[in-house]
Amino acid sequence: MSHRMFLRSLYRLQNLSRSSSNINPKHAVFAAFQPLLHNRPYANTPQPAASASSVNQTELAKFAAIADSWWDVEGPFKPLHIMNPTRLAFLRSTLCRHFGKDPFSARPFEGLKVVDVGCGGGILSEPLARMGASVIGIDAEEKNIKIARLHADLDPVASSIEYRCTTAENLVEEQMKFDAVIASEVIEHVADPAEFCKSLSALTMSNGATVISTINRSMRAYATAIVAAEYILHWLPKGTHQWSSFLTPEELVLILQRASISVEEMAGFAYDPLTGQWSLSDDIGVNFIAFGVKISQ
Amino acid sequence: MSRLIATRRLVSKIFIPRLATRAFCTDAPEKLNDVPSGSHFNKEPEGDEHFMNDVPQHDIAIVGGGMVGMALACSLASMPLTKHLSIAIIDSNPALSNGPVIKKDDPPDPRVSTVTPSTISLFKDIGAWEHVEQHRHAYFDKMQVWDYTGFGYTKYNARDADKDVLGCVVENKVLHKSLLSCLQNKDFNSTIYPTRLSSLSLPTRSVSSAGASVSSTSSKNLANLAKLDLSDGTNLYAKLVVGADGSKSRVRELAGIKTTGWNYSQSAVICTVEHPTENFCAWQRFLPAGPIALLPIGDNFSNIVWTMSPKDASNHKIMNEVDFVKAVNHALDSGYGPRPESRVFGGDVLSSFFRPDVTSSVHERFEPPPKVVRLVSDRMAFPLSLMHANQYASKRVVLIGDAAHTVHPLAGQGVNMGYGDVSSLSNVIADGVAVGSDIGEVTLLKKYEAERKTANIAMMAVLDGFQKAYSVDFGPINILRAAAFNGANVFAPLKRNIISYASGERRLPFLS
Repeated sequence: MSHRMFLRSLYRLQNLSRSSSNINPKHAVFAAFQPLLHNRPYANTPQPAASASSVNQTELAKFAAIADSWWDVEGPFKPLHIMNPTRLAFLRSTLCRHFGKDPFSARPFEGLKVVDVGCGGGILSEPLARMGASVIGIDAEEKNIKIARLHADLDPVASSIEYRCTTAENLVEEQMKFDAVIASEVIEHVADPAEFCKSLSALTMSNGATVISTINRSMRAYATAIVAAEYILHWLPKGTHQWSSFLTPEELVLILQRASISVEEMAGFAYDPLTGQWSLSDDIGVNFIAFGVKISQ
Repeated sequence: MSRLIATRRLVSKIFIPRLATRAFCTDAPEKLNDVPSGSHFNKEPEGDEHFMNDVPQHDIAIVGGGMVGMALACSLASMPLTKHLSIAIIDSNPALSNGPVIKKDDPPDPRVSTVTPSTISLFKDIGAWEHVEQHRHAYFDKMQVWDYTGFGYTKYNARDADKDVLGCVVENKVLHKSLLSCLQNKDFNSTIYPTRLSSLSLPTRSVSSAGASVSSTSSKNLANLAKLDLSDGTNLYAKLVVGADGSKSRVRELAGIKTTGWNYSQSAVICTVEHPTENFCAWQRFLPAGPIALLPIGDNFSNIVWTMSPKDASNHKIMNEVDFVKAVNHALDSGYGPRPESRVFGGDVLSSFFRPDVTSSVHERFEPPPKVVRLVSDRMAFPLSLMHANQYASKRVVLIGDAAHTVHPLAGQGVNMGYGDVSSLSNVIADGVAVGSDIGEVTLLKKYEAERKTANIAMMAVLDGFQKAYSVDFGPINILRAAAFNGANVFAPLKRNIISYASGERRLPFLS
C-alpha cells in the first residue's frame, strides 16, 4: 500500500468513527460506500492485506466502531440484514439440491468450499460458515476485510472464515477453485460484468455452482431501488446504484453462458412493506438471484 | 449423556427431603429458598467443547423449567434443524432432576390445564402426548354455560364446530412430567442446572466492546454472548436466554422489559373435587361475584375455578372441608337462583328463523351439573390479574409463557398461549438455523414477537372483556347477558367461532 493511500484511508476512517459516535448513520453509510462510488473495486489492482499484528490498538478500536454500525441490524445496513435470510434460503435450497445435501441438516454445506466475492462486513459469509461451509470471504476494500475479521472472531464457528483483501481476478491467478462461488449484490458495481463473470467461472470447479444476485435494469427497479430506496426512504445513500450499470436477467444469463455457466434457476426477491420482510418470488422485475452450474469441459 | 445421568443421581441425593412438598408450577423457583452450594456439576471440563475456560457455554439457556420451558426444550429436541443445539435449563425445582413417578392412586393436582387441540398437536409433534395418555386426563365434548338468574343458558357441543372434542383437561403435574420423560428419552444435549438466575449481563456494542480490548480469541467469543450468573455462584454463557420463569420473571426484570397490566379486585379459588360418577362436560355458572367453573379431569374428579372477592377467597380457602363442599354445591346448582328451565327471549322463534344454521345442541335441554361429594386436593387462591410484557424479544433475550403474558384462569387459556409461544419460537429458531443466523439475533427474535404478540393480545382482549362482562351484577346487564347466551346458543356461525377460537385456532371470533 502506498503511503498516500494509507493516509487517505486513515482519514476516511477518522471521519467514519466520528460520524458513528455521533450516531449519524447516514454519514457513516455514505462514507462506507464511498470507495464503491469512486473506484470500481473489482477493476482495480488489489491492495495487499495488512496483517492484523501491524494494526495498532487505537486503529483497531476505530474499525470496531465501524463494524458495530455494519452489523447493527437497525443501523445503516438494515436493508441488507433483512434481505439476508431470503438470499440464504435460496442458496440453501439450490446448493442442497445441486450437491445432494440433506435439507434437514443444520450444517448442510459441510464439505463445501465456498468463496463469497465482495463479502463486505461478512453478512453472508458468517451464516454460510454456520451452515457448515468452509468459507473464504474476499473484498477489494481493506476496511471491509478488517470489519469482517473483527466480527467473525466473536463467534467460534465464524472465526474459521478466511478473509482476504483481494479480487476475484487475483484468486484466478492463484488458480484457486471452489465448489460454490457467490457474488451477491456485487456485479452492479463492477466495471466489466462480462470479465467479472469469466473470473467467477474460472474460480468455479467443473460442475460447481455460481450464484449471483443483483438488480434488474427495469423501470420498476429505477422506481424502487433508486428513487424509493435512495431518495425517499433513505435506506441507501444517494448515488449507491447507477441504473445504467444494472443487468437484466437475460443479459446476465447470456454473459454467464459465454463464461461456460448455465443458469438453471432464478428467483426474485419481493418486499412486503406491511411486514417489512423479504420473500422469494417468481417476480424477477427488481431484485433477483440466479443459480448457475459450471459446464464441465 | 452419561455425565448428565451421573449428575442427576447426585442431585437426587440432595433434594430428596424436599420432594413431598413440591408442586409443579412455573413460579416454583421463587418458593425454594436456597440451593445447597456445591450441588452444581458444571465444572467438569474433560474435553467437552462447550466448556471453555471452565465456564459452560450453551446455545440456549432456558430460565424456568416449568411446563412452558420444558415444552420448548422438547420442541427444540424434536426438530431436525434444532436438535443439535446445546440447551441449559435453569430451575431449582428438584422435580426436574428426579421427579417422583406419578402413580395412579396419587391425589389429583389442584392445578390443571385445559389443553386445546392446537396444544395437543404440539404435544403429539414433540412426542410427549403418549406420556400424557398414560396418566389421568379427560376429554370433554360438551360445555354448558348459564347464569344464576335463570334467564338463559348455552350448550356448546364439539359437533357444532365439526370437532370430536372441545378440549382436554390434564393436571399440570402430568403435563410437566410427560415433557420431562419425553426430554429424557431423546438423544439431546440438555443440562439441568438446579439453581436460580441471579443476574444477567447482555452484550451491547458487540465488536467494540470485545474486539479492541481483548486479545485472546476465546474471550472475544464470550463477549458477544449473554452471561448468566447463578445463585450458586457459578455462571454460564448462552447465545440466547429464554425467560420461561413465570409471571414474576427474573429474566424480564433483568433485561429491563417493562410490562402493562392491571389487577381485578377478584381472586380465584382453585381445587379438585370428587363426584359420585364420572363427569364428561365442562360447566360454568355466572354468580353475582363472578363465575364458577367445573372441569372434568378424569376418574370421578373435577377441577374447580371459582372467582370471588379476595376476602371470600381467603375464607373459602380456610373453611372446613364439609362446609366448602356445601358451598360449592350451593354455587353450582342449588343456591342464588332458579335453574333456567324454559327459553326466554323467544329461543324457538329465533331458532326457526335461522333454521339452516340451527345447531344440533340447540334442542338439548338444560342439565344440572353433577353433585360434588368430597374435596380431594389443597385449595389455592390467586388474585386475578392481566399482565403483558411490552416486548417479547430484545438482543439475546426472549420471553415465553407467563413471563410474557399472564391472564386470569377463567377460560383456561393461559397455558395454551404459552404453548403457542413455544411452537412459534421453536419454528423461528429452526428457520434461523436453516439460514445460518445467529439465534440470539434480534431481527430473528422479532419474528417470534410479531407472530405471538398479535395472537396473545387478541386473546387477552377477549378474556378481559369476558371478565368485565361477567363480573357485573346489575339487573339490565344480567338480562343482556342472558340474551347473549340465548343468541349464541341458536346462532350457529357465532357459536362455531367461539368454539374454534377457544380451541386455539388462530381466528378472531366474529370476523370470519
